[in-house]
Amino acid sequence: MSTNICVPLHRAAHGRTGDKGDRSNISVIAWHPALWPLLVEQITEAAVARQFAHRQPSAVRRYLLPKLHAMNFVLDDVLDGGVNDSLNLDTHGKALSFLLLDLPLDVPAELTPYLVGAG
Amino acid sequence: MAIKPNLRIGCAAGFSGDRTDAAGPIVETLLAAGGPSVLIFETLAERTLALAQLARRADPQGGYEPLLDELLRPILEQCMAGDIRIVSNFGAANPAGAARHIAALARELGLRAPRIAVVEGDDLSGAEQRRLLGDAADGLALVSANAYLGAEAIADALIADAQIVVCGRVADPSLTVGPALAHFGWARDDWTRLARATMAGHLLECGAQVSGGYYADPGVKDVPGLANLGYPIAEIDAEGDCIVTKAPGTGGRIDAHTVKEQLLYEVHDPGAYLTPDVVADISEADVVELGPDRVKLTGVRGHARPASLKVNLCHETGWLAEGEISYAGVRAEARARLAADVLRLRLEGLGPLRVDLIGVASVFGDDAGRWREAQVPGEARDVRLRVALKHPDRTQAERLLREVTALYCCGPAGGGGVRTALRPRLGTVSCLVPRESVPARYRFIEAAAA
Repeated sequence: MSTNICVPLHRAAHGRTGDKGDRSNISVIAWHPALWPLLVEQITEAAVARQFAHRQPSAVRRYLLPKLHAMNFVLDDVLDGGVNDSLNLDTHGKALSFLLLDLPLDVPAELTPYLVGAG
Repeated sequence: MAIKPNLRIGCAAGFSGDRTDAAGPIVETLLAAGGPSVLIFETLAERTLALAQLARRADPQGGYEPLLDELLRPILEQCMAGDIRIVSNFGAANPAGAARHIAALARELGLRAPRIAVVEGDDLSGAEQRRLLGDAADGLALVSANAYLGAEAIADALIADAQIVVCGRVADPSLTVGPALAHFGWARDDWTRLARATMAGHLLECGAQVSGGYYADPGVKDVPGLANLGYPIAEIDAEGDCIVTKAPGTGGRIDAHTVKEQLLYEVHDPGAYLTPDVVADISEADVVELGPDRVKLTGVRGHARPASLKVNLCHETGWLAEGEISYAGVRAEARARLAADVLRLRLEGLGPLRVDLIGVASVFGDDAGRWREAQVPGEARDVRLRVALKHPDRTQAERLLREVTALYCCGPAGGGGVRTALRPRLGTVSCLVPRESVPARYRFIEAAAA
């Protein structure tokens, strides 16, 4: 019987934040194609909206890029006005990919060899 | 018709403030490879142009990239001798001023006067152009208004045999599309090839971000030689497809993962990446590792360019005040939290105060503090309190600086290392204008006039 383990998303994927105005985009890229279906199933717009609830996004959209085994999240109005307006030290939101990559991911035992890192 | 040889384009800067010693290894590589090649520098982020306008107000000869000399001096002679064209937006708010600087630098180095073209038309802040902005500028203390120009004026200047093309605001990928358009002679509505070159430019435009910068994460995403990153070189073929690589012997890494991260950087809908030149579609794009530090991008499609150009307006919005103080040892976090409570009371009525506990909760948080308040207070032993607020009035904003400084004597025990800063704030809004109302053009700077 297969058992699932729960790991932080950063063990299955990596990503990068970009910003334009008050909008942030965060890519999530599977470390291995075998992990990609888990991301599609679990790293949803709703899950990301919950993770960023304190920043009160007005919209969260997910775009899938199946050939790249990647997805692109676009979060509107999460930068407190953006690079010129926010009081945050990180006005660009450069660090936000690491907030997204803290999301939990359930991984079936047979896919755990594809995970990276420890913990 | 003979197929044109590949075009190599190296990018030696990804923003104003980037490393200034990146061009050397690129130029060496381009010279060793032979064949047509271009060196680009991308030095204009969203607010850089506003800062340049302010610099030009203070000095009418200024307003271009402050590090221009440092960027070009080491490689100008090699580029001119080896027929490596130079294309950049380092003209910022004063392309003609930058061109004159380059001409003077060439004279100083004893070089033959280079053919320098400037691209103009992006600056819409003048009285005459401002009506184009509609009501977007109403009520704003406008500092700058610049349309994002496309690749055509750059291409035309190169076709007219410019050796150096100095731009102000052009779309970042257009620095790559312009030379590709000039070299391959594509039709200006060849959307597929324009889109491919656009994404090549997109991979180049942030410099080392495609070659290991903004990527390294020890133990998981290891990058060799981060202190000596090789900046990227794209080999573009006649179909517009590109291979991204870097100079041999430099640090960094280019693999499928670094390229995927940069491909999606600052992209919204992957099916519609808008630029002045084309609407690029990367929803079916793929990356292929051809060898060490060698990745090919394929599958990019293109659609007709937008009818409008985007204009960024920067305006003065008052002052940003910041202050920091450190606490360490037992109950450090509690003392930092107490100091924050004191500042909230002392600065009450001045507007929302942002509070960060650096080492506990800072950058993930929102300005309103919802994130920080959701964290359970802990026992952190090395905490730096940071507070920030914005205010239209300088004197009022300065109160924050004084109150943080006063914590030395009036605050919790052991507070040290106060730093404060006050700086003018710039806001940005954007609008769209019809393409035909912004006539982009190039002209040569006469060597005599320079």
